[in-house]
Amino acid sequence: MPVLHTVNKSPFEKNALDSCLSHALDGSTLLLIEDGVYAAMRASSIEPRIRRALKRLRIHVLENDCRARGISEDALIEGVGSVDDAGFVDLVVEHDNVQAWL
Amino acid sequence: MKIGLLVNEGPYQHQAADSAYRFACAALAKGHEIFRVFFYHDGVNNGTRLMTPPQDDRHIQQRWSELARTHGVDLVLCVAAAQRRGICDPDEAKRNAKDADNIAPGFRISGLGQLVEAAIECDRLVTFGD
Amino acid sequence: MAGQCKKIMYLHRRAPYGTVYAQEGLEVVLIGAAFDQDVCMAFVDDGVYQLKAGQDTSAVGMKNFSPAWRALGDYDVTRLYVERESLDERGLREEDLMPLRYEDENDDWAEKSSIVIVDRKEIGRLIDAQDVVFNF
Repeated sequence: MPVLHTVNKSPFEKNALDSCLSHALDGSTLLLIEDGVYAAMRASSIEPRIRRALKRLRIHVLENDCRARGISEDALIEGVGSVDDAGFVDLVVEHDNVQAWL
Repeated sequence: MKIGLLVNEGPYQHQAADSAYRFACAALAKGHEIFRVFFYHDGVNNGTRLMTPPQDDRHIQQRWSELARTHGVDLVLCVAAAQRRGICDPDEAKRNAKDADNIAPGFRISGLGQLVEAAIECDRLVTFGD
Repeated sequence: MAGQCKKIMYLHRRAPYGTVYAQEGLEVVLIGAAFDQDVCMAFVDDGVYQLKAGQDTSAVGMKNFSPAWRALGDYDVTRLYVERESLDERGLREEDLMPLRYEDENDDWAEKSSIVIVDRKEIGRLIDAQDVVFNF
């Protein structure tokens, strides 16, 4: 599998998400962790970007980081998957390389 | 699979140390090998035994030390980054004429080559930082 | 580890001095050179500021580490990809960067520029082609 990209920044604070989305090749995977998970919430100004990206990337959030921030599963943009810590490990193992957009 | 971790931020300041720890536990639970956790930048502050968090909070250093004790995980603090930030082992303390050392059990201080080696040796390198 | 040759990229996305990442990132590149791997660097987003010519830290009391970039050629780190869009967004041109050169041992030691300006798509492809990417 191609690259697993991780983004750990709120899209309202840093350009990590935008930079990631503009570099990630079609068919790669994005995992939102830490403050990065805010990008996956519905109804924000970021939603159209995530929806566009979902057409060419798999996008997941780290469940525990969402729960910590009061983001329930039904608040997530449709099509965004949710993984637990073991799922994070599986994603790392499944992909050839992990690129952290810090 | 052989996995290396890079932790670039200090404890309590940033979630990186917590995320890396959770990842390490999850990977070990799945039977993977954590070949090494390399601490760089302010990440070296994870390895001071002098940290004293309030009792109702997690003890980030002790958590790492426990991981080293129970799973033999190699915890390495970058020497250059550690020297800048006042983290030293008995040898470093002696060499630099300091009156004390502060490295925590299970950690060791070594060069950046250990990070590059981990990147080469491991199947994956996962970075946690700011 | 003997005989292993991995494709390693050092991806720099941050400006120098405001935080330590650029400087300590450069230290990894210099140490990493001893491992004889297939190494390249990429400067993206604020990372392009690291190569800005004319850095002078004398008045801020910090170490000016920018001259070390010029040593990279001697460490066989000779491919420094700089993202065109990141330069454009910041109003920078290639002439605004430090000239970084190396001697090509496969071409009668001809002096060549280490800096290669590439577009964002190409950076994406390069990231995809690596075994390991370090982010600083």
